Parts: sequence; structure tokens; C-alpha cells
Amino acid sequence: MAESMTNHQQAFGDLLWRRIVIVLPYLWLILFFLVPFAIVFKISFSDPIVAQPPFTPLFDQSQSFLNWFQGSLNNYLFLLEDNLYWVSYLRSIKVAFISTICCLLLGYPMAYYIAQSAPTKRNVLLMLIILPFWTSFLLRVYAWMGILSTNGIINSVFLWIGVIDEPIQMLYTNFAVYLGIVYTYLPFMILPLYANLERLDLNLHDAAADLGGKPLQVFWDITLPVSLPGVIAGSLLVFIPAMGEFVIPALLGGLDSLMIGRTLYDEFFVNRDWPLASAVASILLLILVLPMVLFQRNQAKSAEETS
Amino acid sequence: MDANHKMSNTREPQVSDSNSNVQSFIQIKALSKEFNGFKAVDQINLDINKGELFAILGGSGCGKSTLLRMLAGLETPSSGKILLDGEDITEWPAYERPINMMFQSYALFPHMTVEKNVAYGLQKEKIPQSEIDQRVKNILDLVQLGTFSKRKPDRLSGGEKQRVALARALIKNPKLLLLDEPLAALDKKLREQTQFELIKLQEELGVTFIVVTHDQEEAMTLASRIAVMKAGKFVQIGSPTEIYEYPKNRFVADFFGAINIFDALVIDQDDTQITATFDQSELTLKAYTDKTINIGDKVGIAVRPEKISISKDLPEDSNLTTSKGIVWDLAYYGNHSIYRVKTESGQIVQVSTQNQKRSSDHLVEWNDEVYLSWEQNSSIVLLD
Repeated sequence: MAESMTNHQQAFGDLLWRRIVIVLPYLWLILFFLVPFAIVFKISFSDPIVAQPPFTPLFDQSQSFLNWFQGSLNNYLFLLEDNLYWVSYLRSIKVAFISTICCLLLGYPMAYYIAQSAPTKRNVLLMLIILPFWTSFLLRVYAWMGILSTNGIINSVFLWIGVIDEPIQMLYTNFAVYLGIVYTYLPFMILPLYANLERLDLNLHDAAADLGGKPLQVFWDITLPVSLPGVIAGSLLVFIPAMGEFVIPALLGGLDSLMIGRTLYDEFFVNRDWPLASAVASILLLILVLPMVLFQRNQAKSAEETS
Repeated sequence: MDANHKMSNTREPQVSDSNSNVQSFIQIKALSKEFNGFKAVDQINLDINKGELFAILGGSGCGKSTLLRMLAGLETPSSGKILLDGEDITEWPAYERPINMMFQSYALFPHMTVEKNVAYGLQKEKIPQSEIDQRVKNILDLVQLGTFSKRKPDRLSGGEKQRVALARALIKNPKLLLLDEPLAALDKKLREQTQFELIKLQEELGVTFIVVTHDQEEAMTLASRIAVMKAGKFVQIGSPTEIYEYPKNRFVADFFGAINIFDALVIDQDDTQITATFDQSELTLKAYTDKTINIGDKVGIAVRPEKISISKDLPEDSNLTTSKGIVWDLAYYGNHSIYRVKTESGQIVQVSTQNQKRSSDHLVEWNDEVYLSWEQNSSIVLLD
């Protein structure tokens, strides 16, 4: 009897622990993601004032509900009216998209090569991918400024060889922004792709070749579809941070390479318009979350179909 | 008797006897494959006839898979030639060879349904979709998977996967089908059933099959001819009976089922028969052989467990080879029993007997003193 009691207590204890383990990440997300976002979302409905904090309280008893509701949407309506925001959003999407494609085109063969290498070589190559993270991100971007500037390494070498007569303007161009983003986020593409390709069953290639698939067809028919989860994971890991990237366009980009991250920064720190900045941030989140939710629903559906 | 030893010596594959100058369907000529100086396949010669079910048998790392992959075109030979139907296909890439393979782990495409897996080979040939659909349907019906066509491989059982892999490999009507350990991933009961289905299918379709396996039972039940492979070379080629009853050396004898091997010393010899002492010179035996053996040679005398009789009394027939021992161990399997008898020299001899009579009391029990006896032609003389 006593023994069964202790067993029972132990089972209860196990269950409790399991619950705690499950609850902890949720708690973390709620505390450090959902609550801050709720605050930002709330601020996006108020008006800016010169005060501390620099926005009006959300609920004003003196107004009717309808007036309040219209007034509170002001910030969002303003985003629609002013071209600046549209242009920034679209530019960000474009830059993030092109950078993601570039990372994929560069990262896929690299990940594939690493995955097919002998274990010792593989570890060295993986180390080389991760190594740049050991130095400060900002420092690496500054290094690119030194490389790309008009009297930087590339221009100096080219001038010295005589390929060009006058330095090429590389720094403060879109090219530099793409270069910076691709350079910075390439590992985020390679690592999930590698994790996927490492598990790739090479017998599948043999089987496809045996059934009449030429090498390129085997890649399109088998390798790419089988590694699609890795492609998607890598692309999301590049696209999402690239979308909100602020430092790289600010340091390497020109005046015309305005992205939403910069706009957001300006609204907060230059204009001190917190409500509008919050609205910008809320829309940015919507743009990022929506495709992910759609994608996940699609995945769940196809998983259901197979079962 | 004599006919039997001739069989044991049949080394050359049985090319149709009427006109032996007709080319074999598959000819492998001095085929070798080296990996960094290691000879995985070493100067292999082999002829296989059309419609044959041929098995290559060997332990892991003997080079059997490399040989199969060279036939499929997935591995480039270091030297030698492969001829299929008179055509030299050595240099052909895998995707052009009229040869298909069923892979060991089946290698089904995980992102495609059963239907699409099977259709893949035809799609690469740019065959009209309507014909592809028809042929896919036919072959899936043939392997009894018609209702599974929309499923993905991860929703199939081991046996179903095996049949999908088989259908996928057969749909292009290959001239030669290669099967890499076709039954290894199945459980025992399913394996036996699938074995017979595979043979039936092969007979129906008339496709030449080459099966690679490490399982001697699988090779024996499936194949009409077996090549035993060791360290990149064929040790013996022959029918299952030839290889079982007339193994060429200790390796083959040991590889195929249980066998007792006695060390013996040749004391007399004529054309077809030797006399030798064994069991520490206590006993003598006579055995038939066509190998050149001299007096004084040390040989191995191999006897299969089921060829040995066990009795409490000394058998009267003086032509039998007899030995004496004590029952060391005994295992009852229902349909047969296995005795392990310790002879006077200390060697353990395994004896297998059919339990033909229904009787609760065994004829022979633990620690009984027993006589072992077998016929002269049951003794296999092994030189190496």
C-alpha cells in the first residue's frame, strides 16, 4: 500500500515536471515576445505628444467610442497615405527576396559539398562557416567598408593592375547592401541546408539514375524536392532578418537604399513619433508572420493528405 | 557415383550444351574494381544465360555489391568488360543501360506517392501519360498494390515497400534485373512467402535476375545457380545442390549451412578413392575424390550433419565410416533434433536427425555413448 502511494506520488511528480518543461518556453514567449508586442501594438493606436512618455494615453474618457476609434487608426491611415512607407516596405521585401535567392544559390552547393565531405573535412568546413560569428558583426561590416571604398583594397588592386583608370563606386550602392546582407546571412542558409542534406540518402540518387534520370534531372526530381524543408528553413532564416535589416543598409547603402528598418529607426529616434513607429513595426510583423502562417497551414494540410 | 564427382567439378557455367559457341546473355570479362589500391572486385569472369535467376553470395565486404553496382553502371570498373546481349555496355552510363536495380533499402523516393515512384522510370523515357498510367496500373496489380497507389512510402509496411521497389524496377521491362539483398529487410515469415512470389514473378516475366545476398538460404531457395564470392573473387560457381553437396573448399563448405570438418591424413590413394586416418589416427575412412592427392597429404574431411546417423549400437555395415562419442548436447526442434556429440579426440560433431516417429522418449539421451556413421560418398575431401 505504502509502496503504491510512493509510486503514485512519483508519477504525479513526473507529470508535474513534464508540465513545467512544456510551460517554460511558452512563458518565455509570452513574457518576452507577446507582452512587448502588445505594448508596441497599443502605442500604435495613440498620438504623439511632447512628453514623457511621448504618446497619449490610449483611453480618453472624454471621447465617444467612434471618435476614439477613428482617431486611433490615424497612424495606420497615415502609413497608407505617405509613399515613403510603401516604398520602404517594398524595397525591404525586394532586397530581402533577392538576397535570399543569392544566399540559396551560393549556399546550396556549399551545403551539399560539406554534407558529402569526409567527416574530418566536414568539421573543418563547418568550422569555417561558423568562425566569422566569433568576431563582432559590426566590425565585419566596417571591414567591408574598407574593402569596397573608393580607395579600398579592390579599387587599389584594380588600379595598380590597370584594369580600371578610375576607382569604381562600390560603397554606398545597392550592390554593397546585397553583398553585405548575403555575406552576413549566408551561414543561416548553409546550416539548415547542411543539416538536411547530411541526412540525404545517396541511394535515392542511384535509384533515380538507374531508372533513367540524367544527373541534372536527378537533382530536380529528387535532391531538390527531398531537401525542400531545408531550403524553406534556410530561406526563412535569411529572409526574415534581412527584411528588417538596419545596420547594413545604413553603413553600406546609399541614400536611395532606404529600407523599412531605417524608416523605423528614423521615426523612433529622429522624429520621436513612437505611435507611428509602432504602427510601422506592427505592419512589418504582419508582413513577416502572414506568409509563415500560410506556409505552416499548407504544410499541415499536405501532412494530413499523406496520412 | 562417378557422375556425381563430375558434377562437383563443373566449374564452367552451363552454357546451353547443344551449341556452346552461342554467346551468353551477360558476359563479364576480367572485371576489376580498385579503391585506393584495394581490390574490391578482382578479375571476375562470369557468363549468365537469358532468363536465369543467378545469385552472388558472400559475406560483407567481399565485393558483391561493388560487382552489382558495376553492372548497374553506378560504379566504373577499373578494368574489364561487361557485355549484355552481345553489346559492350562497360562505358554506358547508368541512365542508358537497359538494366534496373532493386536497392537494398529500397530507396523509394520519399516525396512521391507509390504511383509516381513506379512511374518515374517511364517518365524519363518520354512515354505518353496515358500509356504510363496503364502500365503503372498493370504492374501495381501484378504486385498486388493496386489500392496503395496514392500512398507515400512512409505509410507502407516493409513488405509493401519491397513490392513497390520491385514494381519500380520492373516497369521498364529491363533486360536484366539486379536485386541487392531483396529479402534482408523482411521478417522471417514474410521472407519465405516473398521468396516464392519472387521466383514465380521471375518465371512469368522471363527477365534475367541477378540477386546479391549474404544469406545462403536465400541464395539456395531463389537461384538456379550461385556464385560464392570471397575477397573480390568467385570461389565456386554452381547449382545450389552442387555447392551444398560438393563444396570446393573449407570456405564454401562452412559458408553453406552447418558442416563437420575432420582433419585427416591420407594413407592410401587410387584413381577416385583415398583412405585416410582421422580423429587422431584412431579411425580410418575411405572417401571419393577427383582431386590429385598424394599419400601423406593432410586433408579436411567434411560431413553434413544430416548425413550422419546416430545409434547406440555399432552399425553392422562395414562400408560405413564410423566414429564413437558421447552426447554432449541435444536440441529438440519438433520436426528434427540436433545432437552435438563429443568424439574421443574431443571434437564436437553435429548430427541432425528427422523425428519421423512420434515418441516422447528420445532414442538417444544426454551423456549416452553413441556411434556416429555415414556413407563413404558423404565424405567431402577438402584440400584448402
